[in-house]
Amino acid sequence: MTGRTRPPSFVRHTTAARVNHWIIGICFVLLVLSGLSMFHPMLYFLSSLFGGGQWTRAAHPWIGVVLTVSYAGLIVQFWRDNQWRRDDLAWMGAIGRVIVNKEEGVPEVPRFNAGQKFVFWSMTLFVPVLFVTGLAIWEIYFAAYTTIEQQRIATLIHSFVAIAAIIVWIIHVYAGIWVRGSMQAMTHGRVTPGWAWRHHRKWLRQLAASDSRGPKPGAQTSSQTDLKGDRR
Amino acid sequence: MSDLQSQDYIRRSASTLTPPSIRRYEDQVAKLIDVSRCIGCKACQAACMEWNNLRTEVGTFEGSYDNPSDLGPSTWTLMRFTEWEDQKGNLEWLIRKDGCMHCEDPGCLKACPAPGAIVQYANGIVDFISENCIGCGYCVKGCPFDIPRIDPVDHKSYKCTLCSDRVGVGLEPACVKACPTGAIMFGSKTDMTRWAGERVEELKSRGFEKAGLYDPPGVGGTHVMYVLNHADTPSIYAGLPDRPTISPVVEVWKGFLKPLALAGLAFTAVAGFFHWIVVGPNEVQPEDDEAARQLLESKEKSR
Repeated sequence: MTGRTRPPSFVRHTTAARVNHWIIGICFVLLVLSGLSMFHPMLYFLSSLFGGGQWTRAAHPWIGVVLTVSYAGLIVQFWRDNQWRRDDLAWMGAIGRVIVNKEEGVPEVPRFNAGQKFVFWSMTLFVPVLFVTGLAIWEIYFAAYTTIEQQRIATLIHSFVAIAAIIVWIIHVYAGIWVRGSMQAMTHGRVTPGWAWRHHRKWLRQLAASDSRGPKPGAQTSSQTDLKGDRR
Repeated sequence: MSDLQSQDYIRRSASTLTPPSIRRYEDQVAKLIDVSRCIGCKACQAACMEWNNLRTEVGTFEGSYDNPSDLGPSTWTLMRFTEWEDQKGNLEWLIRKDGCMHCEDPGCLKACPAPGAIVQYANGIVDFISENCIGCGYCVKGCPFDIPRIDPVDHKSYKCTLCSDRVGVGLEPACVKACPTGAIMFGSKTDMTRWAGERVEELKSRGFEKAGLYDPPGVGGTHVMYVLNHADTPSIYAGLPDRPTISPVVEVWKGFLKPLALAGLAFTAVAGFFHWIVVGPNEVQPEDDEAARQLLESKEKSR
């Protein structure tokens, strides 16, 4: 590392994507807390965080609306890089090595690996289902448009899918803690070349080949000048 | 009722502990509605409004004697009128006093997520404790009889209390007191069942061969029972369910999914924690930095 003050960094997520992601993140946490309080009696105490049961009941659906809208934005920003490819199967086949941090011989990963794609597509399925079933059981506004039997089914689907979403979310959060540097990628948006090499080598190669700063190959953003600046 | 020290709860919604129930020796009560003696005068409706201080907004004529046209947050009991023809083409006017059936196994209470918003007393009465109610409408989904109604202003669920305040001090429900023909009776469930048996025999002797008592076992029996002159087809009485049970959908949601979900969440979180303990963080190694540096430098040079 002689002759260089610090290594250049790459833009992993744009500011828009990060703001979008964290609106969803905040909403999701609030929805988990309020939703679980109305799901299991042992977690009812969580409703105090929202000012009691009535407030929890009133707030939960509105937070859900905000999440749904912002998730639509996230789909727009991320769906291309999350398209399922043949390589993803090979990566999934090597998952046993990935989870024990022994990644030699694991297929090179583009911008997102199969695990991240799994999180993305699971949530892309879950969020609309939760939204639609949530509307059906939004007592104040929509009870008149559904039969009680439909509401029962909607409630069951809503709680079942919500639990699935929370499990996927736990995996997502833990992966962010486990893979060092991922959290910064989503908070400050930047990763080191070493991080990109280790976790998303194909992405790094694409960026390097097109002399891009990221997040997309060929993206010649204003950050291009920063790259030069970094290397002073 | 929640201001009183009941101490006779046998069930309490969303509670994992035994509620105060030292007075559980109480007799089970029941209201018996003998539709064959009902003349449809609506005195019970008026008495219910009077005792409970309920005033439903005056509605519009819907082409039926039902007035108001449906149960509501402030209409806890309602005469439902049905014009029904038997096989011979004889017209019969069926009048059923609708309202909470006070199930022995209450679906509303099972579905309710708010601790203590729905309780069942030792005498069998199922009561909504309004200050604990959060207005979610789960009771509506739990109820096999389509009884609870959420008020759009205060977002609380309401239904017949079986005059738990009157019964608690040894009085009969207001509707029972007001009924001019004795079509509504009140007493211990044993007495009411015996009395219903006599009525059914009498109806049978008068040609109603299918007369019987409506005390549906699918919900563990009810604390409001009907004597029906056509007990083989309860649904002809304005849609009284033939074989009511708590919906299997609700049972899966509240019985099966609830513990399974918590176990699933706990398992995932614990698995993550132990992965951290056993495997630890996945950190960028100096080799990675070096390899990346070489890659980038080779690109620089080739340009």
